[in-house]
Amino acid sequence: MTSRPLLAEVFVRGLYIVLLVASIWVLLRGHNAPGGGFIGGLLAVAASAAYALTFNATSALQRLPLRPAALAAIGVLLSAASGVPALWSDLPFLTHLWVELPLGIADLPLSTVMVFDFGVYLCVWGALGGYCLGLLRALEEAP
Amino acid sequence: MMWPLAPMLVPLATALLCVLTQSTPRRQQMISVVGATVLLITSTLLFLEVQQVGALRVVLGHWPLPFGIEFVADVLGTALALVAALMLNVTVLWQWSDADAAPSSPTLHPLLHGLVAGVCGAFMTADLFNLYVWFEVALMCALGLLAHGGGLHQLDAALKYFVLNVIGTMLFLVAVALIYAATGHLNFSALGDAMARLDAAVALPLYGLLLFALLAKAAAFPLYAWLPASYHTLPPPVLALFSALLAKVGIYAILRLFGNVFTPAPALLYDALGWIAVLSMIAGVLGAAYHWDMRRILAFHSISQIGYILLAIAMASRTGDTAAIFFTLHHSLVKASLILVAALVFRYTGHYDLRRCGGLYASRPWLGVAFLLLALSLVGIPPFSGFWGKYLIVREALSQGAYLWTACALLVSVVTLYSMMKIWLEAFWKPHPDPAWRAPEHVRLAPAWVGVSGLALVVLSIGVAPEALIGFADAAAGALRGDVP
Repeated sequence: MTSRPLLAEVFVRGLYIVLLVASIWVLLRGHNAPGGGFIGGLLAVAASAAYALTFNATSALQRLPLRPAALAAIGVLLSAASGVPALWSDLPFLTHLWVELPLGIADLPLSTVMVFDFGVYLCVWGALGGYCLGLLRALEEAP
Repeated sequence: MMWPLAPMLVPLATALLCVLTQSTPRRQQMISVVGATVLLITSTLLFLEVQQVGALRVVLGHWPLPFGIEFVADVLGTALALVAALMLNVTVLWQWSDADAAPSSPTLHPLLHGLVAGVCGAFMTADLFNLYVWFEVALMCALGLLAHGGGLHQLDAALKYFVLNVIGTMLFLVAVALIYAATGHLNFSALGDAMARLDAAVALPLYGLLLFALLAKAAAFPLYAWLPASYHTLPPPVLALFSALLAKVGIYAILRLFGNVFTPAPALLYDALGWIAVLSMIAGVLGAAYHWDMRRILAFHSISQIGYILLAIAMASRTGDTAAIFFTLHHSLVKASLILVAALVFRYTGHYDLRRCGGLYASRPWLGVAFLLLALSLVGIPPFSGFWGKYLIVREALSQGAYLWTACALLVSVVTLYSMMKIWLEAFWKPHPDPAWRAPEHVRLAPAWVGVSGLALVVLSIGVAPEALIGFADAAAGALRGDVP
């Protein structure tokens, strides 16, 4: 009979969501205050790692939106693509552009930097998360 | 404005798309082939455009210089990127043959393209720290390729490669940090001015550390141990790509920094470089003469040939740079094709060990002819292409009064000839040690043959009409030294 850490399971189920929301908040906040894609991505990795430690690595991997390598690759592609719009304005690659989207109540500031940072976020989550979960799985499978 | 970045961005995008298609090998291979072809086309066009209009410059993100990270596509960088693109195509093409190809694995193609992205990035960047970043990209991809297969030999090679290269890379990073602390600059053109104003007692150790780290990357004496320890475990198409590109990145960085950015660097450095070059030549060629495994022989040869290139750089003159550029371009192609010929020998006889193969000239005469032509090109027998490279080096060394170095270079040539003839006599001329041996009939080698003969034709045409390449190398050297109108 194996003992289940029931309290931890209940707690981590909630913590997983909270950590992911916090990681998005840190990702977005980074544009005006400390934070950004890298730290947001690390928080997301922490969420995955907490889940894997409480349940197991395989179920944590299933909770990722894609398989880790694909997640990281899409992240880097997004970051690279965020440098492309500058070319239409005859600016060098990776020059970032900002627009204010008027919504009536307030203006919503948007920028290509956000796309870049979101790419970094996905890349960190995919690469470091995949690495961490892969190691945990190797530990679980070890005799 | 993105155009000069194509040699980095195309393989980077291809590598990422190959990661996304890992579960469908056929689609992944299609993407890999298309990506390699697009890279070849764009780098050829870029090469031609740079010939016409001169260096193209981009500062990423529109940051002002000297703070922004600058990329410069100049004559030398685009030529090396073109060679990288060519070799990537040969490697990818080779996958369709049943010669000793790399084991098909979902991570092979992403790593191949990633390696080329790192190498091309190093050829294009004009920022010292960014150069380190591209070194790291290439190092990580090379490490993945070396560990491929996961056998004991592969992991042993990967570990040796990793440890020795990481030491080199870390020393490079320390050198970059110290240079930044001393000058406050990383951009190449800003660095050149800032270092020239620096006190000689401060500058010399910085230059020395930087050169030392780059020599480890270039596999020069006495830091070459990683190259013969790791190369022979690779599948030949990947090995061809490695030997054409990996040590060349180190060579390129030395040529760029000590032939262009930091000119004139203290004369002591060039003297030291000359002695290191001569010792690399001797150590490499003796290793080659000792070994019987074709891949090891060719790997040790690379060290000795790197010695020749470094000797040319140590001449610190426009003619010396011309010789170094000529030799680098020529050696990348010749060495890669020789490795591919060795892989064909392996396919026919089943062995890389020369003592266990033979009789190929009787059954596959064209392979023998191809090997002989390429080997003579490598050794530098006139009128083959290697001769012109060595001629330029020897003439410049003589005119600078470096008689001892010249004598060593000529002597090493003779030993090179010996070890090339050893391969020829053992693998092709002597009868096969096993009398019951027959060359296999059912082979699918057409793609491999296309790759080898294409490269061999390029090498031969360099030998027949060297003026074009010499003229080009001279123009590139002139651009490095800044005395082009």
